[in-house]
Amino acid sequence: MPSSSLSPPAPAVGVDRVVKVYKATTAVAGISFQLPPGSMTALLGGNGAGKTTTIAMIMGLTTPTSGGVTVLGAQMPRQRYRVLHRMNFESPYVDMPMRLTVRQNLTVFAGLYGVEDVRARIATLAEELNLTELLDRATGKLSSGQKTRVSLAKSLLNQPEVLLLDEPTASLDPDTADWVRARLERYRAERGATVLLASHNMAEVERLCDRVIMLKSGRIEDDDSPQRLLARYGRRTLEEVFLDVARGRGGAQEAAQ
Amino acid sequence: MSAHPQAQAGFSWRRVGTMVLRYWYLLRSSWPRQLELIYWPLVQVMTWGLIQIYIGQHSGFFARAGGTLIGAMLLWEILFRGQVGFSVSFLEEMWARNLGNLMMSPLRPTEFVAALMTMSLMRLVLGIVPVSLVAIVFFGFNLYGFGLALAAFFANLILTSWAIGILISGLLLRHGLGAESLAWTVTFVLLPLACVYYPVSVLPDWLQPVAWMLPPTYVFEGMRALVIDHVFRADLMLSALALNIVFFGAAVVAFLRLVESARRQGMLLQTGE
Repeated sequence: MPSSSLSPPAPAVGVDRVVKVYKATTAVAGISFQLPPGSMTALLGGNGAGKTTTIAMIMGLTTPTSGGVTVLGAQMPRQRYRVLHRMNFESPYVDMPMRLTVRQNLTVFAGLYGVEDVRARIATLAEELNLTELLDRATGKLSSGQKTRVSLAKSLLNQPEVLLLDEPTASLDPDTADWVRARLERYRAERGATVLLASHNMAEVERLCDRVIMLKSGRIEDDDSPQRLLARYGRRTLEEVFLDVARGRGGAQEAAQ
Repeated sequence: MSAHPQAQAGFSWRRVGTMVLRYWYLLRSSWPRQLELIYWPLVQVMTWGLIQIYIGQHSGFFARAGGTLIGAMLLWEILFRGQVGFSVSFLEEMWARNLGNLMMSPLRPTEFVAALMTMSLMRLVLGIVPVSLVAIVFFGFNLYGFGLALAAFFANLILTSWAIGILISGLLLRHGLGAESLAWTVTFVLLPLACVYYPVSVLPDWLQPVAWMLPPTYVFEGMRALVIDHVFRADLMLSALALNIVFFGAAVVAFLRLVESARRQGMLLQTGE
């Protein structure tokens, strides 16, 4: 059957009935969602809700116990080498080698991701992310805000079509965090990238994301746009909605009581 | 300018070279790491060189077989340092919390292993060559006097060291830094069993078959045959090579399985204890 020109584009990321069990602990209990190309989605939830495990499965770093994950049409983790060069990520669980200079670290990752014209790409990114002055300093000697900018540069080196961010502004001062958010907004707008963001910062999510997936105990508790969630729960901020979900209070009716 | 990456199907030497560059940057930036390459081999060669002189003065056999101890020590360093060089490069990624970055990148496990083998060779050359020159100057022992036999000894020992290094790296991935001590201790089981400093005939009868299952045993027996009897035993080298091929293949398979096991257990992102 010929495909209709009106048919929706294939999702950039597809998570289908995914379960992840570690021995006696169920980290993810059968979640499904799809991320359309160019969308920016937040994955919200308290500690242990399953956010990092979900992101790790999308990256192909963790194998689901059951269910399937696809990224840009490739089954993860089985077909990950078809798409890893089109993805990237930033996470507080990893660092870049401290003794290497910023330039050396970016050169290494550019090589691993197959970036062409490495020098020019690093120069461009350094200018965009205010890193030019820092390029020849050891990464371990930078402030946490500077390191975050370096990590962001690493995650944008290959101009990824799918960008996964785990707490991208954690431990940053408000000014630097705001700067990082503005850069992410610009990248998404310029490249049409699909971004999945795990965050505890509700203001960040409200500003950046057009969709919020709320996780609790490895299950999706809610999944909607920030505006509709606010309306449905009868709340003024996403933080209040988050607390309702985390504490097991229901939607608008229960919130109103 | 095109910064957008191209998919590189299959094994990529560019990625291997990039990882070697990463370790070279690290080595170049740290004088304690450079010193560590040569410090222990130097202590060993001085100790065993002096023991060799002392024993040679009091034993007719060792006076005739001059060089067996220092030769054995230098070959042992190739085996041990080869494995440590491989494992330390891998551990650097765990200490730096960089494994998640690498595992999420297009770098394949086989490319990672190839880079670690290359670094093992480079570290070995940087450590052993100066020490072998010390052995010539202070003790009159010329390792390079083995000629082509040295290439056979070296190839077999480095293959064994890589097989052990690959297996330990897989265990580190699967079990985290709690398994770090394996990197420093496992190879030492070969010191008595592979008969580094004495012939296999010294072992009890029941232990000799175990020794003959280990590739380095053939190398050290071959070295003694060369130094004492002036005979190059190609048969021993071929036996060692056959065993090495089996051990190396088994280590690669075990490593790949341990990586997949670590992936199932969610160990690739958070590689702590």
